[in-house]
Amino acid sequence: MTGTTLLTIEGLRLSYDGRVVLQALSLDVRRGEVVALMGLSGAGKTSALRAVAALAPFTAGRIDVHGFMLTPGRLRSQSQLQPLRRRVGLVFQTHALFEHLSALQNVALALTHVLGQTPEEAARAARALLDSLGVGARAAALPAQLSGGEAQRVAIARALAPDPALLLMDEPTAALDPARRGGLGRSLRQLAAGGRGLLVATHDVEFARAHADRLVILAEGTVVETGPPAEVLDRPGHGATRSLLSDGLD
Amino acid sequence: MTGVRPFVAAAVVLALVACRDGRQRVLRWGGDAEGGAPFVEADPADPSRVRGFDVEVAQTIARGLGRDAHFIQVQWSSIDQSVERGDFAIGLSGVEDTPARRVRHAVTIPYFEFREVLAVRTADRERFRHLADLRGRRVATLGATTAYDILLAARDSTGLIPVSYDDDVHPYSDLVAGRVDAVLLDHIIAERSLRRMRGQGFSIEPEPVARGCYVGVLASADGALRDSVNGVLREAMRDGTLERIFRHWAVWDESQGRLFERVLREAGDHASATRGTTRVASAVAYLPALARAAAMTALVSLLSMTLAVVVGLAVASARVYGPASLRTLATVYTEVIRGTPVLLQLFVIYYGLTSVVRLPALLAAVLGLGLNYAAYEAEIYRGALEAVSRPQLEAARTLGFSEVQILRLVRGPQALRYALAPMTNDFVALLKDSSLVSVITVVELTKQTAIYATNVGSWVVPGLLCATVYLAMSLPLARLARRLERRWSVA
Repeated sequence: MTGTTLLTIEGLRLSYDGRVVLQALSLDVRRGEVVALMGLSGAGKTSALRAVAALAPFTAGRIDVHGFMLTPGRLRSQSQLQPLRRRVGLVFQTHALFEHLSALQNVALALTHVLGQTPEEAARAARALLDSLGVGARAAALPAQLSGGEAQRVAIARALAPDPALLLMDEPTAALDPARRGGLGRSLRQLAAGGRGLLVATHDVEFARAHADRLVILAEGTVVETGPPAEVLDRPGHGATRSLLSDGLD
Repeated sequence: MTGVRPFVAAAVVLALVACRDGRQRVLRWGGDAEGGAPFVEADPADPSRVRGFDVEVAQTIARGLGRDAHFIQVQWSSIDQSVERGDFAIGLSGVEDTPARRVRHAVTIPYFEFREVLAVRTADRERFRHLADLRGRRVATLGATTAYDILLAARDSTGLIPVSYDDDVHPYSDLVAGRVDAVLLDHIIAERSLRRMRGQGFSIEPEPVARGCYVGVLASADGALRDSVNGVLREAMRDGTLERIFRHWAVWDESQGRLFERVLREAGDHASATRGTTRVASAVAYLPALARAAAMTALVSLLSMTLAVVVGLAVASARVYGPASLRTLATVYTEVIRGTPVLLQLFVIYYGLTSVVRLPALLAAVLGLGLNYAAYEAEIYRGALEAVSRPQLEAARTLGFSEVQILRLVRGPQALRYALAPMTNDFVALLKDSSLVSVITVVELTKQTAIYATNVGSWVVPGLLCATVYLAMSLPLARLARRLERRWSVA
């Protein structure tokens, strides 16, 4: 099932607003794998995703995205980051759809302006992506007219448009009711089965148990536990994991 | 205590009597000390007092009526309206004898004859002898005067370009500076300006373009007082008082003697011959001028707004995207422009920069208004750019768009939606602020209306006409703003 390594993070150290958020984070994500990055609020899950997507700089360690190396220090320019942009997609917790564009245009925009497809090609590809995520019928809707679940699927389709092997997702279940969580989980499993690797930041224990291949528990800026869901969640070895579990029971 | 009461009562009665008496014994007369010598000027020895030949004419009239002259300062172009409001009994300050004024007000007999003379740069003395020589040339004068009416008539017959000023000093400095090619004004004003420049820079053509008279103007209901004033003026012509005054102020010449003879020969007064016909006729006659002025308002507003949008975008971009030094510069620009009056900025651009660059009036107007509004536009655009949520910009970055693409495809289009409604509001405001450019000789709608109102002696019809034109221009814009706001707040 799992294959080549798509993402390797080693000794990642990162500060935000003068506060050290990550001390020494190490993890990897392989092709065909859904990895849940878990931790309480403020554990640094989002910061880790932002570092991998080169939206925030880090102070030490290294990030290898399928052969593209990110190093500590200032962010590189957009043009230097182009190879990374093809390798990794990010779905924001708030979806961050372009509010002035329809669902279809949101997905097609990068296809025409970054990948250089013709508008017709881009529209076809965008529609296929929306269809595969079950929101093809909403192609003409503006983001403000979409429900939370629909907006998330459009955001996933948009992130997948440049066909990245690695997909990062930030708290994907935050705005979903339980029924829709199952649907999302199945979609993520399909993406993994199609050969992508997924790193999903979440504090949703049930979602992680049901859909992740592997959990990485973050606490105090470092990985405190890792392994298959059943192993980690049924026999928690660290206080942070137990806190997560009691949180999930609320 | 009780013993004091009768004294207090007596004092109050005495004070009331004195007050009433005092009001009767004073002749309040209005003039504009800004007009300066030799008409009316603040006395250099005692700036609280005024002096000039009109001051002495007023004193002569007051004396003849058994009263004391009391000066009321009033803006020259508002003398007619003020006298009708009852601010003072008579206006005397180089007030011209015109048919329109006679229709609207009670006007005295003429007491001074002036010549409308042409001033040209000394080098042009041979070239520009008459108005007919000035085809296609800019000829300056004071707005709302007989001279301005003469220039308007000459625009149609000879094709010269009338330029109206709010004062009688800048026409001559602009003549010397080359901004205008001639000035048409009363010979007293022309000679005074020439003295101020020590006879340098321009010449006065000897042949007058027209002749006119100065009169006193009273409220239309004050016919009886006007007749008494006429009696006093005639007596002053006969006994040499007026001649002494004019000689003292060095404005006496033989044409005054001839005027006196003519006035004393004519019995009674010659007012109100044309009453009735001129009101409608004057309104119709002004319509083309108002239309031209409205077009000027639209032109100035459109050009200024275009400049404001372009410069505003540049300043906003500097504030949002620029390095620290550029950001500071843009902030300073915005704050300086917003913190100083646009009137001052117009003056500085038009008059202040004369030694460096002599901008044409229209260009100066567009620059002044445009650069002023650019500061406000910049703030709108900056706010609009910053209103586009950061995650959207980051999402665009993760998709591989360049920063320029993000601005063009994601941030710009959304910011434009936030900015359009306030921008339209600003344009409506600019439409009205464009009336300020009349201070630098651009005759737009408000200025033309003021000229019209002075001419017909009433603000009612001109005011209504002017307001209608402004509303016709601004209401559709306001509606557009509301529609844009509605449409895009849903989306």
